[in-house]
Amino acid sequence: MKIALGPLLYYWSRQSTLDFYAQIAESEADIVYLGETVCSRRHELRLDDWLEVGEMLADAGKEVVMSSQALIESESDLKALRRIVGKAEFRVEANDMSAVHVLSAAGRGDWIAGPTLNIFNPQTLSLMAESGATRWMAPPEMSGEVLTELLASGAPAIETEVLAWGRLPLAHSARCFTARHYNLQKDTCEFRCLGMKDGLVLRTREGEPFLTLNGVQTQSARVHNLLGDLASVRRTAQVLRVSPQGDHTVEVLKLFRDAVADEVSPQDAFRRSAEWMVEAPCNGFWHGRPGVEQYVKS
Amino acid sequence: MTTHTKIELVCPAGSLPALKTAVDHGADCVYLGFKDATNARNFTGLNFDAKAMAEGVRYAHDRKRKVLLALNTYPQASNWAGWTAAVDRAADLGIDAIIVADPGLMAYARKTHPDLRLHLSVQGSATSYEAINFYAERFGIQRAVLPRVLSLAQVEQVIANTKVEIEVFGFGGLCVMVEGRCALSAYATGESPNCNGACSPGKHVRWEQTPQGMETRLNGILIDRFADGERAGYPTLCKGRFDVNGETYYAIEEPTSLNTLELLPDLARAGVRAIKIEGRQRSPAYTGQVTRVWREALDRVMRDADSFTVQPAWIAELDKVSEGRSHTLGAYYRPWK
Repeated sequence: MKIALGPLLYYWSRQSTLDFYAQIAESEADIVYLGETVCSRRHELRLDDWLEVGEMLADAGKEVVMSSQALIESESDLKALRRIVGKAEFRVEANDMSAVHVLSAAGRGDWIAGPTLNIFNPQTLSLMAESGATRWMAPPEMSGEVLTELLASGAPAIETEVLAWGRLPLAHSARCFTARHYNLQKDTCEFRCLGMKDGLVLRTREGEPFLTLNGVQTQSARVHNLLGDLASVRRTAQVLRVSPQGDHTVEVLKLFRDAVADEVSPQDAFRRSAEWMVEAPCNGFWHGRPGVEQYVKS
Repeated sequence: MTTHTKIELVCPAGSLPALKTAVDHGADCVYLGFKDATNARNFTGLNFDAKAMAEGVRYAHDRKRKVLLALNTYPQASNWAGWTAAVDRAADLGIDAIIVADPGLMAYARKTHPDLRLHLSVQGSATSYEAINFYAERFGIQRAVLPRVLSLAQVEQVIANTKVEIEVFGFGGLCVMVEGRCALSAYATGESPNCNGACSPGKHVRWEQTPQGMETRLNGILIDRFADGERAGYPTLCKGRFDVNGETYYAIEEPTSLNTLELLPDLARAGVRAIKIEGRQRSPAYTGQVTRVWREALDRVMRDADSFTVQPAWIAELDKVSEGRSHTLGAYYRPWK
């Protein structure tokens, strides 16, 4: 069982980002996904900086993956994508079919099919494997039962990864909701999301935290937490993804390591994780329920 | 005078009466779905059984119009056979093209019915020519419907770099999120556009008069609250009012409709091949009204794009059926972003 750190979805300052990955080099993560996947206007780290971070992490023994942007809109987005694919030393996570096309055209046969590719059945997964994917991440909305059925129905031999910790990435838009909050347009956003270490919480009019605005991405407010469900997760996935958060990511990775190594029971791990969550937990998607629910089998 | 390649008007048919109305009012194509989760408008009381579809196809074909079938949700291992059966039925019924999102299903259709035309659904989330060309090379798609996230310049860029026909949304409900990449409904209700073909489905909706006003809830989550006399809208969760940093507002989007009439000459110049009208969930009257206006506008643009002007009567007519009686150019207009 491998533990992966997903790409950083928020926009942190250059120094905070570099400090964060310096800690990750010493962390329990086996795999680290790097790069900007949310917004092409975020440039605290350029591709060369990300590659430098990648080399540092690879030297520390981590498997490094460069993640591509989820929403590709412009020629410059495609240019950035082609540059990532051209850097042969790291594997690439394809988060859009454009990336699949560019990777296949480049003859790369070692990439990861990301969570936004909408792989919901073994036929589509096989097509991705034939195109060169050697690992895939299930869409976060897929339940454990559906995933189990998929894998039992003629799926190719390919590593399966599951989002096990972090705010759920729920939607992408052309519009930047963070800029909108400040009455700004995306093109002149003044980088207002910079330094919001866990995004901007949107609450219902009853004060209930509901969603998180993260630029053009909308996330859950709650933290998707599968620590308590590790028994069933382990039966299906070979890789568990932890999504970076403002504080305590290293502690969360350690807790996953201990739980996977059976040094702490899933229930105890779940209890201990409470102090590191930015919001209440949820696991509904894994149980085929509304994602917002914290579902406990009675 | 500049004339352009013909742009097809693609109109919604949530029912047989709506299909006939669309055809009678000048639609070049109608699009529809089966009465199940194989299409992204899986709402109670909508859509077609095999008999109604056969009649619809006959009605449209007799008048030299096309029928497109949306099979644009993502099948899973346990229900795969239901989706492939739908593809087979479409071929048997003489459907002119199927609108598909799932690559696995495209591969099936290509192999089993090589002559059946494939359109890439907006649910396929293809926002660049690289993505579209991937589907063209692998599955021979002949048309792609663009998600409502690109600016006009970006639409032009896509068209310049692909042989695939491009269809764009012209009018109707505005999806603020990239279609096929939105799990907001699944997060709140457990039912998603991707898998169940439903966004913010009615069975999870509750309206309740309270001392604070009329409250609309989706699976218990408060989406909006309306003062006395304010018209309470349907609780689509991206068009609710929420609190961010102590400020209550439409944090994602106001209830409004997309209307690109004024961009028609630009879309024609860009080489757009089809304009889609959203609204299979709306009444036949809506379909008729919107089809009539767009038929007239498209005919004028095709005759002479340079002298095209939007008629105030068209806007007045369309605003009557718009969400919140207002309209937007959405992402086509950069500042919207």
